[in-house]
Amino acid sequence: MPAQPRTPAQPAPAPAAPAGIDPRGPRVGAALTAVLLVVVLLLPGAAATAALAVVAALFAVGAARGAQGSVQGLLYRRLVRPRLAPPAELEDARPPRFAQLVGLVITGAGVLLALLGVPGAVPVAAALALVAAVLNAAFGLCLGCELYLLGVRVRHARA
Amino acid sequence: MGLRVLLVLGVLAVAVVAGLLWRSRNGRFVASRGGGDDRLTGADLGAPLGSAATFLQLSSEACAPCRSTAAVLGALAAARPGLAHVEVAAEERLDLVRRFDVLRTPTVLVLDGAGAVRGRLSGATTRQQAVAALDALDRCPAAA
Repeated sequence: MPAQPRTPAQPAPAPAAPAGIDPRGPRVGAALTAVLLVVVLLLPGAAATAALAVVAALFAVGAARGAQGSVQGLLYRRLVRPRLAPPAELEDARPPRFAQLVGLVITGAGVLLALLGVPGAVPVAAALALVAAVLNAAFGLCLGCELYLLGVRVRHARA
Repeated sequence: MGLRVLLVLGVLAVAVVAGLLWRSRNGRFVASRGGGDDRLTGADLGAPLGSAATFLQLSSEACAPCRSTAAVLGALAAARPGLAHVEVAAEERLDLVRRFDVLRTPTVLVLDGAGAVRGRLSGATTRQQAVAALDALDRCPAAA
């Protein structure tokens, strides 16, 4: 195997981001999730709880397989991405995946509390998740991703 | 049903307002208050400062806006002699993070020709915003 040429050292090396996912995928996914959450907010009683449980299940898939592996991510890849130019750059898959976990926690808590009889659990949980989904889809602000990055920084500060 | 529709519209309005506020703050130049004693040297940064100004960018891993900001500032620095762009990893320079209360990445500290920190830009920065920061620097020369 021929030796690779060494790249010249930079005076102030920038951290390299690992190759990753199309950054538009999670945003389109968030838009789809937002639509589902609007449905949850418009449905009455038990139907709303069931619909929120569906959203929570979708987040569970995303938390396990990454945002790109979620059902929304699959729809993005099959239906939307073929119509777009390739992404200008890729983003790290870890923060969006963590954001899916945050979504699961919020919507999962809503479903659990509703089953325990807590009034308003479903609308509150759905409203919180909807704000996050809209911020991500419309502005590219992924709150769950920011939480992940905060955690990374805290961990580095302690090391 | 009408009440629920109102709730949805209310939540969407909150999200949109919050998003617009957040977006308006990205990349906006915030001048430093205080005596301008915060000074950095090339030795502090491990790279030479620009003779006119320096953009000191603190970045982190897994940060897409850091990449785009670095591209913008790097291109601007290449086009303007006397302007330097230095990028450092926030995790490796916690001294800078603490000294300048850096809360998010990317944060770009704007240094004048003498290495004094005159202000900052946080969040994804466009070329227009970077140029506006340089103009602000020109308009307010540092106190002697």
